[in-house]
Amino acid sequence: MTHYLLLLLSTALVNNVVLVKFLGLCPFLGISKKIDAAVSMGLATTFVMTMAAAACWLLENWLLVPLGITYLRILVYILVIASVVQFTEMVVRKSNPALYQVLGIYLPLITTNCAVIGVPLITTQEHQPFITSVLYGFGSAVGFTLVMALFAGLRERLALARVPGVFAGAPIALVTASLLALAFMGFAGLAGHGH
Amino acid sequence: MLIAVASLTTLGLILGLFLGIAARRLAVEGNPLIDEIQAILPGSQCGQCGFPGCAGAAEALANGNAPVTLCPPGGRDVVVTLANKLGVEVDMSGVKDSGPAVAEIREELCIGCTRCFKVCPTDAVLGAAKHIHNVFREACTACGKCVETCPTEAILMRPVPVTLQSWYWEKPEERLAA
Repeated sequence: MTHYLLLLLSTALVNNVVLVKFLGLCPFLGISKKIDAAVSMGLATTFVMTMAAAACWLLENWLLVPLGITYLRILVYILVIASVVQFTEMVVRKSNPALYQVLGIYLPLITTNCAVIGVPLITTQEHQPFITSVLYGFGSAVGFTLVMALFAGLRERLALARVPGVFAGAPIALVTASLLALAFMGFAGLAGHGH
Repeated sequence: MLIAVASLTTLGLILGLFLGIAARRLAVEGNPLIDEIQAILPGSQCGQCGFPGCAGAAEALANGNAPVTLCPPGGRDVVVTLANKLGVEVDMSGVKDSGPAVAEIREELCIGCTRCFKVCPTDAVLGAAKHIHNVFREACTACGKCVETCPTEAILMRPVPVTLQSWYWEKPEERLAA
């Protein structure tokens, strides 16, 4: 049990996908102007990432390895992730049209979020068992959501701050992101070098 | 090789089936009024109303953000149909309707610059670079985009002549919804 808790903590904070591994920067910068939208995007990504981690593990161990076609790994993963995203889009559109409007083009773009395919690839490389893989995906996605919310909050404040002209807009957002990444380096000592 | 092809095909079929069923189950009803209005509009996506295509115009009309007189190629008929559909009163004085027309290219002025067939939303202009262009009369919706873009003013809108084939008994004047 402690092992799983540590795993969640490690993936969400210590090895954060966005600020430590630098995966999934597109939605991190693209949709972090409002907290509501950022958190919603995080939740949609959480669903997709967890599902993708589970589906990819099953396909890897029940299809690719037994048939000896592991060279098709990326292709199969992309196929699965695209389907899960499509499904998520349908669910969001049906259940929450307002959110569907807010997320707009970023919802289908979860497909191209490299964190979503990166996490299953990492767990495959490390030969993790099923539960660990799913928790790895879920923890990473929670970390993603957390960072999205934090960064959106910062940017909402930034919108009201007096920023020098040359830094206004995207540059100050990138500077803030780098400072946030520095802050997240502090978590490295939290769980004994990542474990 | 065969295993790879077969397994990927099967996987694709299963996922496709799953998504197809999900699409049926989770289908979202759009506003039916928007579809009906879109069916009334010419559908040539010429953009003269200022909206991105007829779908955008139909949405604006359904939400009441646009006047029913927004469609220049549609002319009087479209205005009347839209006004009846939406139940609005309309001032017809601003609508100039010269009746159905088609674009005509004056061959002595055409320099074959190809600009008109690049802007034509219905691909009604036939031509190639440095060859005299011509208009498919059946496809032309008289939207007038080619007239604006022609550098030599070689295009004019000519009313469709009434012939024995095209003449019809005047319909009674349609009443606008009160």
